[in-house]
Amino acid sequence: MTKVIEITNVVKKYKEVTAVNQLNLTIQKGEIYGLLGPNGAGKSTTIFMLLGLTEPTEGELFIEGISPTKRPIEVKKKVGFLPDHVGVYEDLSGFENIILTARLNGFTRKEAELKADELLQQVGLSHAKHKKAGKYSRGMKQRLGLADTLIKEPSIVIMDEPTLGIDPKGIQEFLQMIKELSVEKGITILLSSHHLHQVQQICDRVGIFVKGELLAEGDLDTLQQQLLDKHTFQYEIDTKESSDRVESFLQTKYPKLRTSVYEGKLHVTTKQKDNGNLVKTLINDGGFHLLSFRPMSYGLDDIYQQYFQGGDDLGSREG
Amino acid sequence: MDREKVSLYTQRIITSPFWVLVGKEVRDHIKSIRFNILMVIILLTCIGSLYAALTQVRDVANNIEAGEELYLYLKIFTISGENGTLPPFVTFISFLGPLLGIAMGFDAINSEKNNKTLLRIMSQPIPRDYLILAKFTGSLFVIAFLVIMLGTLIFSLGILIMGIPPTFEEFIRVFVYLIMIIVYIGFWLALSILFSILFKQAATSALSGIAIWLFFSVFYSILVNLLVTASVPDQLFQDAQGANQDKITTYMRLSPNYLFSEITTVLLNPGFRTLGPVTMEQAKGAIPSPLAINESLMIVWPQFIGILALSTICFLIAYTIFMRQEIRS
Repeated sequence: MTKVIEITNVVKKYKEVTAVNQLNLTIQKGEIYGLLGPNGAGKSTTIFMLLGLTEPTEGELFIEGISPTKRPIEVKKKVGFLPDHVGVYEDLSGFENIILTARLNGFTRKEAELKADELLQQVGLSHAKHKKAGKYSRGMKQRLGLADTLIKEPSIVIMDEPTLGIDPKGIQEFLQMIKELSVEKGITILLSSHHLHQVQQICDRVGIFVKGELLAEGDLDTLQQQLLDKHTFQYEIDTKESSDRVESFLQTKYPKLRTSVYEGKLHVTTKQKDNGNLVKTLINDGGFHLLSFRPMSYGLDDIYQQYFQGGDDLGSREG
Repeated sequence: MDREKVSLYTQRIITSPFWVLVGKEVRDHIKSIRFNILMVIILLTCIGSLYAALTQVRDVANNIEAGEELYLYLKIFTISGENGTLPPFVTFISFLGPLLGIAMGFDAINSEKNNKTLLRIMSQPIPRDYLILAKFTGSLFVIAFLVIMLGTLIFSLGILIMGIPPTFEEFIRVFVYLIMIIVYIGFWLALSILFSILFKQAATSALSGIAIWLFFSVFYSILVNLLVTASVPDQLFQDAQGANQDKITTYMRLSPNYLFSEITTVLLNPGFRTLGPVTMEQAKGAIPSPLAINESLMIVWPQFIGILALSTICFLIAYTIFMRQEIRS
């Protein structure tokens, strides 16, 4: 496997604010990598640095061994970029719009027309290719943007929130297109998003990015494991008696136990897996009427929510 | 072999991204309603003033004494209509030219930015300065085309109506004058492109351009007169008066409008021997004959360089800011 994108110890500061902090990231050839994070996490800044549109304060980036900071034009020959809002020349037709891009990439008019026809067919815009791009709907513009990105025959495509503002059906079609692209043409794809489900659907690997730092990375399984601390277990206890009473009972019995009351139910966190002792103690020694006892597990969803809501706390704790 | 090289070279130029961008710029302007409206206005006013001048030119020619040179084609540009109903061509052009320059540049960069097309162009493998250079070159091409078209229109109308072909000197004088117009409009274009980089809103940038244009064409001369006369204690002495006049001219020459009006005067009136005030001693002994073309050119050379320098400065500032600006909004 060859490394297509390499980011080492990259820091980007805007005056006082640190947008990206000590980022390390490698993406292999043919991968679909999802950069997942809330707004303002530094995803776009990272992408702009990869395209050579912004310079990093510290650290180095390489795309197929070329530094976008030093040789941006060579990098831009290989990299297609699809922003969240595709800018189109509204007076030109969709066809003319992507022909312009093709010609800026050094294709002759004839080559450009052939390729444009083919790509518009692929993204399903052939019927509207001579319509003015200003009249396109949001989803159509984004599909035109995809064709625009592909016309330069890139080996890497970087997408910044590509599905923003498209309706659900459109999103599905769009994601499908991206997936096919990666499989058929072997294009490496880096996409940023704040939608877990979309990322989950198509990405081979995901990095969770909060406050300029990569908190966790890997395919979805390892991500889940990384984010869940393997050595803590949580149980939810519901009793007929009030949870406070159960809590104080357990606290005197096991002083090391971490407990909390949530929606009238007691949550217990232990360092080791419970082998039935907890329930036994509760019933035999405490004499409680146990209604339910269940081990709690977090889905990726919950974890992600947690990062987003408590993004500040978690981010600063990790840093 | 050489021909092959040339064709290869032209091929490379045509497909080079820079000329693709210039071509797009030119096409955008020609298709835009804004440019077309301005072009129609300029054409109409110019044809109107030309028509007025051509109907008057017979009287003017009658008044010229035998043996004097006619310079009828230069007269067409400068004489006004009957009883001054229509101002001459030069007035119209010095009034509408800057407006054309401003109109073509005021949204050059900020519209690309607001449309997010700037990001799209910048993520293509082209140097960043191609865009701003192409904007300037493309607009200047269109302006040059329009101005040269006006010039040839005047010549052809002149030949049709008067039946006298222009002399070589007249042709050169008018041709140089047309180039001066292009350079002058180029200054306003560079200024408005600068504003299009500085201001995010197209309206702000357009208004700033128009404000500067108004300032130089109306208020600047008032301001200079006011300040200079106020700074001189009284006008009793002729020396002081002369110095006063000198000062006014010097300050006025900071204005591109004034420089252009001087160029116009000298180029289209061969009789004009010098610019600014002349003392009696200087005028003594001069033969009142028209200047040769190269002498006229020598007189306006500093003015021409002045306008060129102003345009270059504007464009350089715009260029520098654009190259350092963050692309993301």
